[in-house]
Amino acid sequence: MLDKNKAADIFGKIKKYSSADEVEALTYGGHSALTRFANNTIHQNVAEENYVVSVRTAFDGRTARATTNKLDDESLKRVVAASEKLAKVQHPDPDLLPMPEAGGGARSTQSDPIPSRYFDETASVTPEQRAEAVKKIVGVAQKHKLTTAGIFSTSEVVEGIFNSRGLADWYRQTSSEVSVTMLAADSSGWQKANSPNVAQLDAVTLAEIAARKAFESAAPREIPAGKYTVILEPAAVLDIVGFMFYDFGGLAILDQRSFLNNRVGTKLFGENINIWDDVGHALQSGAPFDGEGIRRQRVQLVEDGVVKRLVYARVTAERMKKSEYKDKVGQIEPTGHGFPIPNEMGEAPMNIVFGGTREPKTVDQMIGSTERGILVTRLWYIREVDPYEKILTGMTRDGTFYVQDGEIQYGVRNFRFNQSLIAMLSNVEEMGTPVRASGEESFDMVVPAMKVGEFNFTEVTKF
Amino acid sequence: MKHIADWALNVANLRGASYADARLADDRSRGLATKNGKIGHAADSESLGIGVRVIADGAWGYAASDDLSRSAVEATAGRAVDIARASSRVKQSEVRLAPEKAVSAEWTTPIQIDPFTTSVEQNLDLLLKIDSELRAVKGVTLAETNMNFRREEQWFVSSEGTNIHQTKYTTGVGYAAHAFAGSDIQKRSYPNSFGGQWQNKGYELIGELKLVENARRVGEEAVALLKADQCPEGVFDIILDGSQLGLQIHESVGHPIELDRVLGMEANFAGTSFLTLDKLRKLRYGSDLVNVVADARQEHGPGLGTFAFDEEGVPAQCTPIITNGLFTGYLTSRETAHTIGANRSGGTLRAEGWNRLPIIRMTNISILPGEKPLTREQLIASTNNGIYMETNRSWSIDDKRYNFQFGCEAGWEIKNGKRTRMLRNPSYSGITTEFWNAMDAICSRDEWVLWGTPHCGKGQPQQVMGTGHGAAPARFRNVKVGSAYKGN
Repeated sequence: MLDKNKAADIFGKIKKYSSADEVEALTYGGHSALTRFANNTIHQNVAEENYVVSVRTAFDGRTARATTNKLDDESLKRVVAASEKLAKVQHPDPDLLPMPEAGGGARSTQSDPIPSRYFDETASVTPEQRAEAVKKIVGVAQKHKLTTAGIFSTSEVVEGIFNSRGLADWYRQTSSEVSVTMLAADSSGWQKANSPNVAQLDAVTLAEIAARKAFESAAPREIPAGKYTVILEPAAVLDIVGFMFYDFGGLAILDQRSFLNNRVGTKLFGENINIWDDVGHALQSGAPFDGEGIRRQRVQLVEDGVVKRLVYARVTAERMKKSEYKDKVGQIEPTGHGFPIPNEMGEAPMNIVFGGTREPKTVDQMIGSTERGILVTRLWYIREVDPYEKILTGMTRDGTFYVQDGEIQYGVRNFRFNQSLIAMLSNVEEMGTPVRASGEESFDMVVPAMKVGEFNFTEVTKF
Repeated sequence: MKHIADWALNVANLRGASYADARLADDRSRGLATKNGKIGHAADSESLGIGVRVIADGAWGYAASDDLSRSAVEATAGRAVDIARASSRVKQSEVRLAPEKAVSAEWTTPIQIDPFTTSVEQNLDLLLKIDSELRAVKGVTLAETNMNFRREEQWFVSSEGTNIHQTKYTTGVGYAAHAFAGSDIQKRSYPNSFGGQWQNKGYELIGELKLVENARRVGEEAVALLKADQCPEGVFDIILDGSQLGLQIHESVGHPIELDRVLGMEANFAGTSFLTLDKLRKLRYGSDLVNVVADARQEHGPGLGTFAFDEEGVPAQCTPIITNGLFTGYLTSRETAHTIGANRSGGTLRAEGWNRLPIIRMTNISILPGEKPLTREQLIASTNNGIYMETNRSWSIDDKRYNFQFGCEAGWEIKNGKRTRMLRNPSYSGITTEFWNAMDAICSRDEWVLWGTPHCGKGQPQQVMGTGHGAAPARFRNVKVGSAYKGN
């Protein structure tokens, strides 16, 4: 495993080989393993080890990046030379900033140190242990006369950043994840969970819930598309709301590609919507510094439905302060959310935490209070239809149920939705307690289940 | 490099693997991009490593490492065997591989100009010139361009005696103009959206696409869309341009014919398929005019799915997928071929890189052009009342690949054989087989282009792959239009 000292040695060589005004190295990689099963069989089972060094050089307003996973001296010389060659042919960019110094560039408002997210139990999981867990999941499937497909993965990763102004930061984390699909003849169910600590995962419980969804949604009936009250489980919430957060970066406003153009400071969502970006949250994950090494701040993006703040890389904050939008976008300062430079996307909040409600409801309570609606386990293949009204399309999947008179009645054929996120987050009638959730369309978040009125299903598929 | 791969095979053999292969890959890429008159990014990347795939105790194991020292390679091979033995604890049957003759071969994408030998400065200047043309149009609020090159050199050896050295080149280029005004953001792209056109070619692709010549028009269309009428909702005859039809093929033909999906192997993530085994050679997939092939051979063209051998050493082939409307073939591998009674793999196993297990992927899934001469303008002229749609903007399909919805960047109303008013936010939706059975015309060879889809995601851990899709403009009767905006 690459450690901070070895990475610092590599950076020392890179500095020596470079003739640039400034130089930066990102180092990342680790071990990962994933056991994949389908048809009650482990059919793919992989492990990987890889470490990468990504070198950015800068000359008088010009910068470029070169990346390699070859860490011998000759390869390091070559990657430095490649970065310098790409940088030198460019026209100077007056907006390019000097590299940040250690502790510089952003206000240090990350009040609490982030919790350790490295667990020896996770790092030491063996292929045999993963197989045994899969065997238990298959046992659940066989007990219910179902077939199962899914994954059990574990990993140990490091991420570091060093620059020639003395900035040096390092982070390591373990991750583990179980995802289970249970398949019946004409229905299916799904559950997924992840944690830095493998001991927190309960594969059998996930399998039992997925199995229940599969057999309870058997023989799905077709009911007409239209506007329904929906109960979105947390994975469904995160997969759809995730499509708006790339618009919460300052550069998206400067580029005029954001649905928040002319909307920062306005009440866009319901008063029960509060959203933070908070890498230090106990249920969050990831490095506490951004692609330039700036420490990530805790930023409240939405307060009582009002879009309050955006996140900024250093360079975006400087540009925004000089722009025509500077008085319309709230507080402007580097927040530690920039992607590695150079890039076209700028920044984005990637550690989303939704606020809770004074009276959280369980999914069962939401069902109990619903006269007529649809319970959605998971959403799939979500894409943006309209970038300004934030209309998204996608499908329900793996457990969609009709609810009437406070009870689940039966499984239904899957729907296509075309739904404005703005409208959806203005129609949240009830919320659960925010939990760490994981889907397939967006990055992991801390989100609640939501009961949403007037959700717009436009078509029904064949199953 | 072969001697390094042999270290892995020897250890796998000594540890009792019944089959082993090793892939060493040396991958190099360059990405250049501009945005609103400035360099967006300039980046080079390289990655070298080995992946070892084995069968032991009748089950699969795969291990990969960036360390090519002898001890590390041997440890990686040993790890693959250990993983395979762990896999065998949860199996219903033993892995069976369709036979394949051992080969020794060398192959390189035939290119005219190695893109890595071209001047970065001149390439950036070209992108900035396009950028300048786009922003010369009043109302364009964001201009983006990109140019990408990739070279993948790979050495494949197997315990059956196969030894292949293969090098593939890919070039991609494109640009987009965005226009924001009031409460609307519109966009036009060229030659295609989401990165432009990508092919297995050298730098010569850049010169073939008339990039600068089209930039002003693309900028003007982006701005014009802001004032265009909303595409109506209803049932219409539609004509799709070739690039949109390419993505339609990708989603509603290419994915459902992947045999691993059909067999449930992707059920947890990418999904399954409506094309169950009983439908082979029985399902009327489309109208008589619909002829689709999966063709990885060089003679099909320089698609992103063109190669000499797949990543388990099977030669590139052409498989008829839809023949005069009848469903006739799946994408298969050595492991899955027997499930449809085939005695050989169709050669579609591909991996993103050395650190990923090869899985069934699309090659070039192309609809064949019409045999009678027919241009796009003639097709429009023969349409009384319809909508012509161009360039993909959004795409979505269910996890069995029945129900789809696509949005396009721009549409034009067709009245009495003439393209009339421009329409913004065109979209259409349908059920896969109903849609393909509604195709009543397709343009001929002169309009046929082998499009590249560079970022197709599949597998766990997810792998991104380039696929090719030859297509020409085609007409579909009585299609549902405009549902994307219904109720919003």
